[in-house]
Amino acid sequence: MSNFDSIKDLVEIADQENVKLSDIILRLQAKELGISEEQLLERMRITYHEMVLSLENAVKNDKKSLSGLTGGDANKLFEAIKTKRSVLPEFISKIIARALATGELNACMGKIVAMPTAGACGIVPAVLLTVKEENSIDEDVALQGLITAGGIGLVIANKASISGAKGGCQAECGSAASMAAAAMTKMLGGTNEMVANAAALAMKNQLGLVCDPVAGLVEVPCIKRNVGGAMIAIAAAEMSLAGIKSVIPVDEVIWAMKNVGDQMSVNLKESAKGGLAATKTGKEITENFIKSY
Amino acid sequence: MNIFDIIGPIMIGPSSSHTAGVVRIAKITSKLLGETIVKAKVYFSGSFTTTYKGHGSDKAVMGGLLGYNADDIRIRDSKNEFIKRKTDISFDTEDLSEYHPNTVKIEVTGESGKRISVIGCSVGGGSILIRRINQYEVQFDATYNTLIIPHNDISGLIAFVARVIAEHQINIANMKVFRSERGGKAIMIIETDQLIGKEIINQLQSNSNIFEITYLEPIE
Repeated sequence: MSNFDSIKDLVEIADQENVKLSDIILRLQAKELGISEEQLLERMRITYHEMVLSLENAVKNDKKSLSGLTGGDANKLFEAIKTKRSVLPEFISKIIARALATGELNACMGKIVAMPTAGACGIVPAVLLTVKEENSIDEDVALQGLITAGGIGLVIANKASISGAKGGCQAECGSAASMAAAAMTKMLGGTNEMVANAAALAMKNQLGLVCDPVAGLVEVPCIKRNVGGAMIAIAAAEMSLAGIKSVIPVDEVIWAMKNVGDQMSVNLKESAKGGLAATKTGKEITENFIKSY
Repeated sequence: MNIFDIIGPIMIGPSSSHTAGVVRIAKITSKLLGETIVKAKVYFSGSFTTTYKGHGSDKAVMGGLLGYNADDIRIRDSKNEFIKRKTDISFDTEDLSEYHPNTVKIEVTGESGKRISVIGCSVGGGSILIRRINQYEVQFDATYNTLIIPHNDISGLIAFVARVIAEHQINIANMKVFRSERGGKAIMIIETDQLIGKEIINQLQSNSNIFEITYLEPIE
């Protein structure tokens, strides 16, 4: 039995000891890995800096993907923000552009941090780093946010899945959205219970999302779905920080995600046989792609 | 699974199974050969056959054969490096679905003429399983310090290896022996938590019934 089987249990331990959820995750994971808390924190700091670097590279990137299908969309939005043509508040437009940019960097063989997967790698960095920047948050607090996200993701992986082939996109972008919502809530001073609620609210809004990659590539619709995940994450954190609760507790939401994933047809789980992959255009792209071999 | 499997791995995109896992299988192949590669033949199976170019699995193989880790940005230019070194490489497909949906076979020839053939499976999230080395059906995931010891299938040899390792206070986590035929050649896979020093390898290598040993540190 793992310590990471229930978010409620982790919150209870943290509340009993009057510490942050991230403190408990740090302590239990350091023990699991057989290293000190300081060592874990330093390793996480390295990962954090890789994430920062990856986002910087993503913003500068102007390459097309290997297949030629995607690339350049994030730049369109960055340009709109720069020339004041974007219509949303800059905080939100930036998160959208950054989520796209990291997804695009991944698709052209850039260096990314999978969180929890490569396909969903844009969600946590876009939310976490933009929230940090907009609110002048210390790196140490951002690290606590990242550790909180990791702990939430670990419970989801243990009790449901983080693989599109097993649970559909809800398991990849859905898990990333929960993780990002939890990180943001933590970084903005939310209680442990608020962190758990934010994770629940985010996942609820992604339930049932299918994994239907055109031609089996991590491009269409994966890159743009990172945007959806990031938007749901900030909405969930906003709600939770205002005191809104998920009626269904977080562990039960995770159970529901597994339950939905188990019932989902294999055609809708990364096999490129259903959803957008099975559309007329999706099939044409696939045929042209296979012909190029 | 731990927190760094969730916040990580740090890798070259776009796919942990089709890119990062493939780099690792190829890197192990190159280590098993242990010399400069002059020729490589790669056979993709399962979902690789239709998506390997789009996932950069071909560049991932070349990067791994050059000894790069899964987070090495040079993977993107590995093809040019192969051209520069005039290393002959070809890509083909073969049905290896009896192993796993994502399987690759890599055959390499070194400058001395030595040949190694490896079948590896990319089992998800960048994790791998090596399933065949030359004629031997094996099974290891390269997450431990791993000793790969080809040897003659004779009595007392396993005891000899265990004794040498024990003398150095190294604890064996897992030990598996695979043989192609009785009394013929066999291969021993030993996994340990601790690093294995040169001294131990030299001592094992001095036994005339042991062929060339390969030592792998846990994959990155």
